[in-house]
Amino acid sequence: MGDALAALFWREVKIARRTGGAASIGIVFFLVLATIFPFAVGPDLNLLARLGPAILWIAVLLSTLLGLDRLFQADHEDGSLDLMLTSATPLELIVLVKCAGHWLTTALPLVIVAPLFGLALAQDAAALARLTLSLLVGTPALTLIGAVGAAVTVSLRRGGLLMAVLVLPLAIPVLIFGVSAAGIGATDPVPFAAPLAILGALSLAAIAGAPFAAAAALRYAGE
Amino acid sequence: MPNIANPTIFLSFVRRLLPWSAALAIILLTLGLYLTFFVAPPDYQQGETVKIMYLHVPAAWLSLFIYIVMTVAALGTLVWRHPLADAGQKAAAPLGAAFTFICLATGSLWGKPMWGTWWVWDARLTSVLVLFLIYLALIALWQAIEEPGRAARAAAIMTLVGAVNLPIIKFSVDWWNTLHQPASVFRIGGPAIAISMLLPLIVMAIAATFLFLTLHMMAIRNEILRRRLRRLTILAAEQSDAPAYIAPEPAR
Repeated sequence: MGDALAALFWREVKIARRTGGAASIGIVFFLVLATIFPFAVGPDLNLLARLGPAILWIAVLLSTLLGLDRLFQADHEDGSLDLMLTSATPLELIVLVKCAGHWLTTALPLVIVAPLFGLALAQDAAALARLTLSLLVGTPALTLIGAVGAAVTVSLRRGGLLMAVLVLPLAIPVLIFGVSAAGIGATDPVPFAAPLAILGALSLAAIAGAPFAAAAALRYAGE
Repeated sequence: MPNIANPTIFLSFVRRLLPWSAALAIILLTLGLYLTFFVAPPDYQQGETVKIMYLHVPAAWLSLFIYIVMTVAALGTLVWRHPLADAGQKAAAPLGAAFTFICLATGSLWGKPMWGTWWVWDARLTSVLVLFLIYLALIALWQAIEEPGRAARAAAIMTLVGAVNLPIIKFSVDWWNTLHQPASVFRIGGPAIAISMLLPLIVMAIAATFLFLTLHMMAIRNEILRRRLRRLTILAAEQSDAPAYIAPEPAR
């Protein structure tokens, strides 16, 4: 079972790296989003410094979501999903491994480049560290919540928009605690640890719960 | 006790129950509105605008109650694979969205004269708005998947995920709000509600619940009939297709 899961994990990573690079497009999309915000709110650096964490968190949220609708759809189309459904390995673990692969190739690059874009949005060193840490802790929750939406909409031709509509309301808690861990507390007396701990709790809860919901949805879609 | 879970028996059950529940809803609504507009006293601070409350609070109660109904129906779909539970789920979603919208709209109408603004990002308002968004997303999911059984199971999973998430969203929105605006202007810290106001409110809440039950039964009935019609259409189409394969037109 361990071998099968490891093989699946490397397959996910290889596919992401070879087919047009989900990671690089994700980063470019992230850059585009971070670039158009200043056009909308104006070039005032003080304002951008205040809005910075919010802008970067929303950009990460949208960049993560946009790639996710293909998470199971590609496997559904070429038939590998049927093999996963019939394999002896529990589907919940398969979902978790696929999410891990997706997180590593899509979300982690965003977390790594986020400080760079944070510099352009006039964030100081402490704010950058908080932002990066909050993204690192919070993005697994986004990937896993998105995976449920991706599994529910797997058989739909154009499920991407519907998936975003389904998933974004559920991602609100992650956004709230992510942004407050990243930035608001810099001027407030609110400690950094509390929202970060809750963010970690959300991620762990998503890791524990979301694979079951996603696997159930995939089984029903395969019927 | 007949087996109500059988759709045919359920239909005849609905046929007998519907007039009573509809009549009860109408009588209670009339009574409640009469009490609201002619008996309930205006508030000493809010004046006549307090009467919006008699619509607003029952709608808020139903917006949560309907989600609970949907969650129970979703369990019925996933655990027992029951077509009636599918229909119950599907029928409840638009009603839930409608009552949540009434709750938001009446709250907004009350907020304008009272708070001087149509909308504030107060924790309560925001979480009801998120609930409304979740209702809309579920309706969109129902409409996107054509095969009814498959749509029901997908929607059931999303409903259950939403049910787990709603308390988390409520909690996090509370945190978010206290973080952004610690001094809440909108606390109604007045004395406990007077009996002359409580009575119409209770009548209206019961009336709204019966209104929902009536509409829900009607919508479930329509959904069962719609499914039968769909199956009959498919069968008829298959039958009319069949001779074409047996006797194809001669090639010219």
